[in-house]
Amino acid sequence: MLDRRLVVVTGKGGVGKTTVAAAMGLAAARAGKRTAICEVAEQERITETFGLPPAGFRETEVAPLLHAFSINPEDAKEEWLKRQLRSGTLTGLVGGSRIFQYLTAAAPGLAELVTIGKVWELAQLERRTAGAAPYDLTIVDAPATGNGIALLRAPRTYGEIAKVGPIRNHALAIDSFISDPSSTSLVAVALPEEMPVNETIDLEARLRDELGMTLSRVLVNGLLPARFSAGEARAIEAMDGAGSPAARDAIAAALAADARARSQRSQLARLRRGTEAAVSTLPFLLRAELELKDLEDLSREIERKP
Amino acid sequence: MSILELIERKEVVICAGSGGVGKTTTSAAIAAGMAQRGMKVAVLTIDPARRLADSLGLPDLGNEERQVDPARLKAAGLGGEGELWAMTLDAKQTFDDLVEAHAPDAQARDAVLSNPIYRELSNAVAGSQEYMAMEKLHELHRESRYDLLVLDTPPTRNALDFLDAPARLSRFIDSRSLQFFRAGSRAGLGLVGRGTAVLFSVMKRATGVDLLEDLATFFNAFGDMADGFRERAKRVDALLADSRTTFLLVTSPRAASISEAAFFSRKLGELDLPFGGIIVNRMREPVAARHTSKLESELVELVGEKLARKVVRNLDDHLRLARRDARNVGLLRQELGRSPMVEVPELPGDVHDIAGLAAMNAHLFA
Repeated sequence: MLDRRLVVVTGKGGVGKTTVAAAMGLAAARAGKRTAICEVAEQERITETFGLPPAGFRETEVAPLLHAFSINPEDAKEEWLKRQLRSGTLTGLVGGSRIFQYLTAAAPGLAELVTIGKVWELAQLERRTAGAAPYDLTIVDAPATGNGIALLRAPRTYGEIAKVGPIRNHALAIDSFISDPSSTSLVAVALPEEMPVNETIDLEARLRDELGMTLSRVLVNGLLPARFSAGEARAIEAMDGAGSPAARDAIAAALAADARARSQRSQLARLRRGTEAAVSTLPFLLRAELELKDLEDLSREIERKP
Repeated sequence: MSILELIERKEVVICAGSGGVGKTTTSAAIAAGMAQRGMKVAVLTIDPARRLADSLGLPDLGNEERQVDPARLKAAGLGGEGELWAMTLDAKQTFDDLVEAHAPDAQARDAVLSNPIYRELSNAVAGSQEYMAMEKLHELHRESRYDLLVLDTPPTRNALDFLDAPARLSRFIDSRSLQFFRAGSRAGLGLVGRGTAVLFSVMKRATGVDLLEDLATFFNAFGDMADGFRERAKRVDALLADSRTTFLLVTSPRAASISEAAFFSRKLGELDLPFGGIIVNRMREPVAARHTSKLESELVELVGEKLARKVVRNLDDHLRLARRDARNVGLLRQELGRSPMVEVPELPGDVHDIAGLAAMNAHLFA
């Protein structure tokens, strides 16, 4: 999973994409890879997780060999424009024009195009950014399913709309990089629950049918421990309602946890049946708040997965 | 408190929040609860949970509202005098309908519908989905066929995106862009100012000729419709700010969605939009039990030593997580001051059918 140049992490909202992306980054950096984790759409949670102030549109080292970066479409657009025009004066003229601002603020898919374009640039062995060192691995914390697909589709869309010219060439170069499974790995994060499982199955089908891309792995986050055997669950159930109020609470909590763990197992089985990608699981972290230590644990888990 | 107090006199309820917090089910539950209380309600959703739609007896929801069979609601204990209607927003269809409505003639309509820029614009997930959600909301409100409209907002990374969408889109098709492109296509004839001509040629260099020509065609074709769109965008904005509208923020007790909710409520305040309150889903319920040696020995007696150890460890985990939830919600309360908050406990099993909506409503309308 981590032996490609680029890993794109997507999945339903609220499943823990950012945490998993950060844990992957830690695992890769520990393996000696110079790694970048990119957040997009002005989100910035990675640096905070590492107890640092926001890095913005700047590659910032958050741990040994691990760099965080947040792609804001405005900055990405300006960088792209500069490169296209190769002139600061012209960039100022166009970039400063109100018409250009209006057009590019709402032009469909343009924010996605310049964002994935920047991701692509980070993942190149020969960086276009002057003086920038190459990364062994770039990990993108991509938006949730629908918008994540929009991000992956943008280069192809622009490649098709622009029949000739610089946008077309640039867009098609990005498209072939992210479509090639030997350079890019597409990873979905899910939870073992009804809706995230449905969405993951749909995501795999849409990537295949709409974009001809292959989902390489599903990471199921937040798997609860299966604490009680079936026999034990029956023994607890037989005591439901017995004893002091405290004992009743404890037993009710055990039954609820058992029901949840079982429902998770059946959702996990459904996911495995419904997807072609390899499915692996990550444990639910029971600490009070997700801290750096949890991220360490999670990254060890990711390391252990084949 | 009951959600009823927050929406009783409203005509539009907008459920917003980050992904995975239960916006869709919450919207459906609110709509069902108000229908049960005698209102004619329509819930507009972007992406319905399949099992929920099946359970409502509406497996193939389309871009038009469909009524949920009252017998189904009654069977789930949600029967009442009102009506529950539901629809899935099809952004592309809504957009096409709008073009159809605003186009002066069939030729202008076809020119827009077949333009590659338009096709991408109307298909793009980001932006147009949000805009069309607002558009449909506005249209249904204007027709006043319903007492209450409940909008389940699209899952945007940045909660502001959907509020900005109408303004952004109307700027895109604004007549100023239009004038620019009309001027641009005359640039070769020297009829326009030097500034525009230079800008146009530089943009050609950056984007390629075809793309710019498609854009010019798009704006020319869209020309006569631009005013209509701008007017509508203004009215949508007015509806959002109306006192008959209320925004409900839906969140989970997890730290990430809590901070998103706090951010969003601040933004609503800055934009002067009517903020009704917060719904916290999936709260782990605090239990009275404490881990004491007395409890341990009682459990040993009840289920034996080995199993008692596991039950106690499970209780410890539950208490820790319930404390975490309570602390996160406490932080949100501090941030929000007096804003109303409704808590819905984690229900046994996921909520994805009509029975689940009824279970949820027992707490929402408590």
